[in-house]
Amino acid sequence: MPGKLKAKIVAGRHLPVMDRASDLTDAFVEVKFGNTTFKTDVFPKSLNPQWNSEWFKFEVDDEDLQDEPLQITVLDHDTYSANDAIGKVYIDIDPLLCSEAATRICGWFPIYDTIHGIRGEINVLVKVDLFNDLNSFRQSSCGVKFFCTTSIPRCYRAALVHGFVEELVVNEDPEYQWIDRIRTPRASNEARQRLISLMSGELQRKIGLKVLEMGGNAVVGYLQCFDLEGESGLVVRAIGTACTLDKLTPGTAPNTNTHSNTAPASNVFRPVPGLGSCRATWAMFKQPVLDISFPLIGVLNNQFRHFLFLSVLSGMGSGGSAGKEAGPLKTLLRQHTQSALEQREFPFFTLTCFPPGFLVHVGGVVSARSVKLLDRIHNPDEPETRDAWWEEIRQEIKSHAKALGCHAVVGYSESTSICEEVCILSASGTAAMLNPRFMREGCLDAGGSDHRFEDASPPSCGFCHIPYDEFNMPFPAQLTYCYRCRRQKVPDVLFTTIDLPAEAAVTGKGCLIQARLCRTKKKAQGEVNATAISNLLPFMEYELHTQLMNKLKLRSMNALFGLRIQISVGENMLLGLASATGVYLSALPAPGGIQVAGKTPSDLNYDQHIATMQKRINDTITKNKELYNIHPPESTEELVGSPIPDRQRSRLFRSTSESSDELLELDLSHGKKDAFVLEIDDTDAVEDIQSLLTDAPMPAGFYSCNTEVMPGIYNWTSGLQMFTSVRVYRLSNANLTNQGLNKIFTELCENLLKSLYFKLRSMIPCCLFWNVPRSLSFVSPPPCLHPVLRPPHRSVSSAERCSPLPEGRSRSLRSTRSMPCGAPVAVVKMTPLSFLPGTRIVKYLGIINMFFIRETTSLREEGGVSGFLHCFIAEVFAMVRAHVAALGGNAVVSYSMKECVFMENPNKNQAQCLINVSGDAVIFVRESEQEATPPLMSSGQISSTGADGTT
Amino acid sequence: MSVELDVFVGNTTIMDEEVYQFWLDGYTVNDAVKVRMEGGVLEECEASAEVLHSDTMDQYRTFQMCERLLHSPAKLANQLLFQIPPHRQAMLIERYYAFDGVFVREVLGKKLSKGTKKDLDDVSAKTGVTLKSCRRQFDNFKRVFKVVEELKGPLVENIRQHFLLSDQLARNYAAIVFFANNRFETGKKKLHYLTFQDFAFCAGQLISYWTVGAVGDNLSPQSPDVYNMVEDMDVDLEKQFLQDLKELKILITDKDLLDQHKSLVCTALRGKTKVFNEMETNFKNLSRGLVNIAVKLTNTKDVRDFFIDLVEKFIEPCRSDKWTAGDMRLFLTHYTNSAHILDTFKHQVLWDRYMGVIKSCILKMYHD
Repeated sequence: MPGKLKAKIVAGRHLPVMDRASDLTDAFVEVKFGNTTFKTDVFPKSLNPQWNSEWFKFEVDDEDLQDEPLQITVLDHDTYSANDAIGKVYIDIDPLLCSEAATRICGWFPIYDTIHGIRGEINVLVKVDLFNDLNSFRQSSCGVKFFCTTSIPRCYRAALVHGFVEELVVNEDPEYQWIDRIRTPRASNEARQRLISLMSGELQRKIGLKVLEMGGNAVVGYLQCFDLEGESGLVVRAIGTACTLDKLTPGTAPNTNTHSNTAPASNVFRPVPGLGSCRATWAMFKQPVLDISFPLIGVLNNQFRHFLFLSVLSGMGSGGSAGKEAGPLKTLLRQHTQSALEQREFPFFTLTCFPPGFLVHVGGVVSARSVKLLDRIHNPDEPETRDAWWEEIRQEIKSHAKALGCHAVVGYSESTSICEEVCILSASGTAAMLNPRFMREGCLDAGGSDHRFEDASPPSCGFCHIPYDEFNMPFPAQLTYCYRCRRQKVPDVLFTTIDLPAEAAVTGKGCLIQARLCRTKKKAQGEVNATAISNLLPFMEYELHTQLMNKLKLRSMNALFGLRIQISVGENMLLGLASATGVYLSALPAPGGIQVAGKTPSDLNYDQHIATMQKRINDTITKNKELYNIHPPESTEELVGSPIPDRQRSRLFRSTSESSDELLELDLSHGKKDAFVLEIDDTDAVEDIQSLLTDAPMPAGFYSCNTEVMPGIYNWTSGLQMFTSVRVYRLSNANLTNQGLNKIFTELCENLLKSLYFKLRSMIPCCLFWNVPRSLSFVSPPPCLHPVLRPPHRSVSSAERCSPLPEGRSRSLRSTRSMPCGAPVAVVKMTPLSFLPGTRIVKYLGIINMFFIRETTSLREEGGVSGFLHCFIAEVFAMVRAHVAALGGNAVVSYSMKECVFMENPNKNQAQCLINVSGDAVIFVRESEQEATPPLMSSGQISSTGADGTT
Repeated sequence: MSVELDVFVGNTTIMDEEVYQFWLDGYTVNDAVKVRMEGGVLEECEASAEVLHSDTMDQYRTFQMCERLLHSPAKLANQLLFQIPPHRQAMLIERYYAFDGVFVREVLGKKLSKGTKKDLDDVSAKTGVTLKSCRRQFDNFKRVFKVVEELKGPLVENIRQHFLLSDQLARNYAAIVFFANNRFETGKKKLHYLTFQDFAFCAGQLISYWTVGAVGDNLSPQSPDVYNMVEDMDVDLEKQFLQDLKELKILITDKDLLDQHKSLVCTALRGKTKVFNEMETNFKNLSRGLVNIAVKLTNTKDVRDFFIDLVEKFIEPCRSDKWTAGDMRLFLTHYTNSAHILDTFKHQVLWDRYMGVIKSCILKMYHD
């Protein structure tokens, strides 16, 4: 019993009027942890009660400390009838369990009710006394730090990176239990909130145990998701990267603030023997087994199949293949890495940002999807089926990576899309070769052999060099010698899911590139439905890829970073959205143009039409080159053996890699033509090209990207504005063609963008950082289709000079006689980035992971769906800010709204919404406030001109 | 296809001051969009009408949610729902409590009751201020009135502290509260030429010199603690003072005194003004007018007619004789000062307290 939790209820303010007669409230508070409950006295007739309670003490196991939230309920005392609940506050005490995080939780929390929203505030003080537990069989994992940030946190140094950790827990959803029929919506919502809070606590504890087992002390890139499977249950799952982190002393701090977390000698990535063992017994359940043929390639498979999506491709033929001494070296390198990484079950890393020298080569994006039919989870203690599903997908990812000659996957993430009983599981990452030096334990035996590898790949371009064997390429790619070192081969295009490495040399500026796609599908049930979906998936991936490629070429860029492809399933359609940040990597060859080709060359009119089309495309490319300031040095001659042909046929390709013999490799090079020739043989294609060109250009002064750093612009101010935008469209006509749907979808996205540009016009020059973890989902109350378009929280970092808010000096009350609580509210910043420009994070206070449900039975009165959701999102922000402030923090970094499920029933005037948010609570200080800190990145601070980074 | 749901929420609440003004002015979303489009904001940003509509809706929702907080502005600073920088908070409050001169002119001095509120549609039609905006302004008056009614201490300071308003706006509200409390008649046709600012100035004068609170400040110095405890100190005219004013009657009832007063003023003004003759002929009437006002102020009815009396008994006669503002100032100065030289007149302090306010009010009110 190694913990004592202490809580004190200080005061309340702005309470709602509960007694109509007196216009006042007789409030008291119940404090509950586990099965123990304490109560404060009733503070009669006040909307601003001062309870000033004693310390309520709970003596509990640390296991419970990790799982359970502290539950505070504010009630109105009623002598004659039952006490009315005003609202609740759930406090996650996990941050207090780690010595390096927060020491106490203290502050004003909004009192939240799932029906009425925020109803006043309560001031609470919470502390934990922990006793050390040396029991090796313990079930708790107190002290393991969790970070949502997908890079090594700014004030830590990675001593060891252990590798992938994953866990999932399942339970019945209270919303679907029989008891739900007789209890109130409030009780049901609260049961759900509490259960999810418990489950994520449990999940975190179990992951923590695995980390301890591996010898680590932290999880970085922690990604936790909920799958609301409806009738079949509730799944909470998480993945992350186990690390051993050392806290940096303030003296050495400057290093960490930049992207160059330079401590290579001690960055040891240790192989992990197998994964944790906290799974209990398992049960089988219905596994849909179907034979599905893949239309593109025509290989039969024994299941709903995932498929490979290789992105480093193009069909430009191979220009000369006179390798210098690269061949044997590569083999050696591979052997080295292999031995280290192959011992792991899954050599995956959820990190997207690495210390320099860690990434040796990047192969390309690997992704796998699988369509499953959900069935009721019979026994919550046996999550075996769900585990098996993910295991399968991870295996696939692993073998895809192998096919690309890589032994690790970085920037790895998993997601699901559920529509009734069908579930699409997706995983993606970037196949990569990691430096063997980082793989070995001890790491100090770095001998001459390691030197050779380093020579072979200078840091600024090494990651672009191909990891696979150029004579035995897994797909058709056109290789050239690297434009920087001229010694190694590079592909002509590179797609990745990671952030742009800090050392990468970039020409010009980057920009956000999106591919959007709609596909109709017949309404169906069960296996038929699942089959239909998995038949569609390859086409969708293929088209998204083509779109991305074309848009990339149109912008004269040659690499994509931070690629996220989301495919969402609805009742009668599928949506795909791919977002990435395009850049021109100096090491890669200049992209060729786009050529339009017609099939029937005889017609003169037609030729003319093609000519105008071609001209438009060429003009756009020229314009974009200007816009993104892409002017690569033109020294391409004599680099390659043979000149790059404008257009060349590529071959249909079949995997030769022995490890992936049962894999499907998708040839994404447009069948017989290479990717850059657009054939307009029918009206569809014409429209495709049209849509390619109709991407509205960004207004001057706006930049956008979805990676941590905006390529090409470095002088950020600390002016930061995070926002969330949610839109729902109802498609009135379900009989639209794919073409029509696509057009509508693209328009919706473009309109949303335009809307944002307009709203943020006062902030320019600014950059939109997109964080679109799950931007599409369907709300499909029959009969209508209802895609929720949710490009959520983009943080706008304005390059404009914004004067910082005078914190703690906000308008305080002079007439304190009427308001007893005069402390101004501290400002809490929120950002999806892992850092705040112009500031330095001095302390991580713990992870924020909150789940809220809001329901209304008076939708119209609350301003309709928009009013309802607007208010709810504002409330969620308020609760996140309050928790951060109570931990002593002043910002949330790596913030993301992972889930936003919205349901409505306008006939009954009802609506319900679920939101899950997460992030890291931190304390930051402005650079200028710090004494004796040398300036960091050369361009870290903005000049007094307040200009943007265009020059 | 239609947009069902469209929201945009910032961590720091994003607000457009222009749209805020439209909202305050009671424009519907569609009207606001129309005006914004005409304002050319679209060309600047290549946005479409839909974009503008969506933005306007977002802003309107934000303001609606904020409105509850604006009713007790102190809450805005320590609520948690919206993160609004302090200078923005100040702007929100100041603008929310701002009012239209034409509107306030209509309700000035009226009882802030449900009945008056019902007539707001007439006021709206008459002034061109939208009904919605009229209601907001009226409710603001009423809210401020209700809050300060129960508070002790100086009126302007109470308003400023409680509603976090600027000094100027707080003074204006003090005037409105003062007028509403004393029910001064301001709606008569003869008073139509007066603006709210004229009345506000006069209210300021009355509050400063004729109320209970004024006693502590200017006349009989008491300890601040004592006068701070007095209720309604700035809202009600001092009873004793009004009673004492009856003593001034001697200035017109005593024939000698009146003549003496007249000759003193005439001596002082001779040659200094073009309207000397008119002044001389009218002196007794004018003096009677002013003193009679003072004498009758014990009646609530006559307090209400204070301004109408000033206009009828003094301003109008002077205006018909074509006095200039300079003439007026000269006359009032000497009229006031000459009384000090009258040997049988003993109420110098009272006279100064009365005439000081009358003089500045008349000077303010003497225009076209």
